Amino acid sequence: MKFKFLMGAVCAAALATGAAAEGVKVGMITTLSGGGAGLGIDVRDGFMLAVKQSGRDDIEVVIEDDQRKPEVAVQLADKMIQSEKVDVMTGIIWSNLAMAVVPAAVAQGKFYLSPNAGPSALAGKGCNPNYFNVAWQNDNLHEAAGAYANDAGFKNSFILAPNYPAGQDALTGYKRLYGGDLAGEIYTQLGQTDYAAEIAQIRASGADSVFFFLPGGMGISFLKQYADSGVDLPVVGPAFSFDQGILQAVGAAALGVKNTSQWSKDLDNAANVAFVESFQAEYGRLPSLYASQGFDTALLLISAMEKADVSDADAFRAALKAADFASTRGDFAFASNHHPIQNIYVREVIQEGDVFTNKVVATGLENHSNAYVDECGM
Amino acid sequence: MSAVLFIEQVLNGLQLGVMLFLMAAGLTLIFGVMGLINLAHGSLYMVGAFAAAAVAGATGSFLLALMASLAAAAAAGAVVEVLVIRRLYARDHLDQVLATFALILIFSEGTRWIFGSFPLFLDIPAVLSGPVTLPGGIAYPKYRLAIILAGLAVAGGLYLLITRTRIGIQIRAGEADREMIAALGVDISKLYTLVFALGAALAGFAGALVGAIQSVQVGMGEPVLILAFVVIVIGGIGSIKGAFVGALLVGMTDTLGRFLLPGLFGLMMDPSAATTVGSALASMLIYVLMALVLLVRPTGLYGTA
Repeated sequence: MKFKFLMGAVCAAALATGAAAEGVKVGMITTLSGGGAGLGIDVRDGFMLAVKQSGRDDIEVVIEDDQRKPEVAVQLADKMIQSEKVDVMTGIIWSNLAMAVVPAAVAQGKFYLSPNAGPSALAGKGCNPNYFNVAWQNDNLHEAAGAYANDAGFKNSFILAPNYPAGQDALTGYKRLYGGDLAGEIYTQLGQTDYAAEIAQIRASGADSVFFFLPGGMGISFLKQYADSGVDLPVVGPAFSFDQGILQAVGAAALGVKNTSQWSKDLDNAANVAFVESFQAEYGRLPSLYASQGFDTALLLISAMEKADVSDADAFRAALKAADFASTRGDFAFASNHHPIQNIYVREVIQEGDVFTNKVVATGLENHSNAYVDECGM
Repeated sequence: MSAVLFIEQVLNGLQLGVMLFLMAAGLTLIFGVMGLINLAHGSLYMVGAFAAAAVAGATGSFLLALMASLAAAAAAGAVVEVLVIRRLYARDHLDQVLATFALILIFSEGTRWIFGSFPLFLDIPAVLSGPVTLPGGIAYPKYRLAIILAGLAVAGGLYLLITRTRIGIQIRAGEADREMIAALGVDISKLYTLVFALGAALAGFAGALVGAIQSVQVGMGEPVLILAFVVIVIGGIGSIKGAFVGALLVGMTDTLGRFLLPGLFGLMMDPSAATTVGSALASMLIYVLMALVLLVRPTGLYGTA
């Protein structure tokens, strides 16, 4: 399956006058089928919306579906680098896929702009001048959840996450700022859908709160089962399980849950108001966290293209590093390891008419960077 | 570890077991009677869940949703049997795997086309929501208890259907010798369509029951399909009784393994390493179980060579 979006003609007229720059060819590998498709589709739609709004006809985007499989992602990356000859790559949702693709791509001199996955390995020792993460380092939202747990007075949390790189980063992140004890710590299987055994352990553990990181369908299953189990400890988690795409499927079970996010649809800045409105007008649904990240990724790319030509790698890299664009999340800058410095907010799940959504209730961490800056040599 | 927690986990294992039985029963029946490996069985599970979510969304009735799941999955099964599967009985298993794998892709993309990529909402009916306190002070979700009862009722019904009715006799005869029952005047192609639709309906029913506590989304059937295959291999391919015993074994092993192993390793190493090693081993446990069963009984517990 292959979609090709040629944004206008890369026209002979431009070549004839010799005035326009060459343009940029972007390779987007993301998850468009299977269980995690909602995330990839939002990233793609957010990205393409920004490209369309820029009105530029010199951005060509090649989009491919990785089916959430590392081996497929690696093949697609090879194809994009060798036969499509893309300049910039982006799109990967899952950390295990990012670990399979990103190191090889940046080693071959391609720029990689991550709209989602931010594994600790790529922020610390494995950082690379050509790798930029526009979303977050994986630990960030969990660190904010840990900080929020302290503020809320939680003393004995039960924590769980799937057993894969981002899950391990999640629990590490939560424990970094959380000051209380742990009533229990569980790694579940990636893709697990039944949490009865874990919920029984939570019930028996004497915990006073639950922190979990279960993105996509896993979070839906957990929350529905948790709400039905009669365990009514307060729940806190990163935004991934309380995202616009899945809140409707969870329903009232999620109401009142606190979650941490670098973005929310009610953030009051001009860029975000315009983004939420235009995304709804274009696609007929509310944007999610992932859509905002896709949108910001494209904005970053466009801001760099305005300053430098992609063929001049050093200038283009410096232009990316400047992050000179109006992010939907407000202030945004890159730390020295090319991961964001940004505010992380605490949101609460609310109901607006028929629609379940989030509203910001507090700022969890201000101008938060990440714990791996010193490990990275840049 | 308290006795209450242990009993709750046993109930959880039982619930996973009967749910797997609903999937495995159809799979093993189809293999036993028609000699067909149906990889698309997980898609019928998904069809049931989506039909239930759509009907529940439109009418608000869970009972109607359950009936819709049975009807939709049975209809999808019958259509698929007539259009595709019927041409595969005489072919070898590799062709069957290839064709039914294609059906998975068609069902998944078709469902995405109709319902979109985002998960659907299917809620537990109000009467069954919340926990109930069992004797001994065990708080257990009513809905899971209902799944256990519904699964056991279906198992009982299936047993009666196969041992006590005319159709059951034909199904058993079909397993034993399909040329002979055709010679005796049974319309074998009608019987095959019926068995396939029955298996599909069971899968759809499981999908609807589970959809209410999990997420109804494209691709939800494949992880369950793998477990269902493990179940029928352990139980002995073609044996309903084997599927029942195998499903309970797998359900118990998986649930208790996930719960006990990290604690067990915790006795010998520090907590976070124990969690990692324990969870990794727990996810392999049912395959270890399968290997052990096959070592002792190569045809499965109730399989015939």
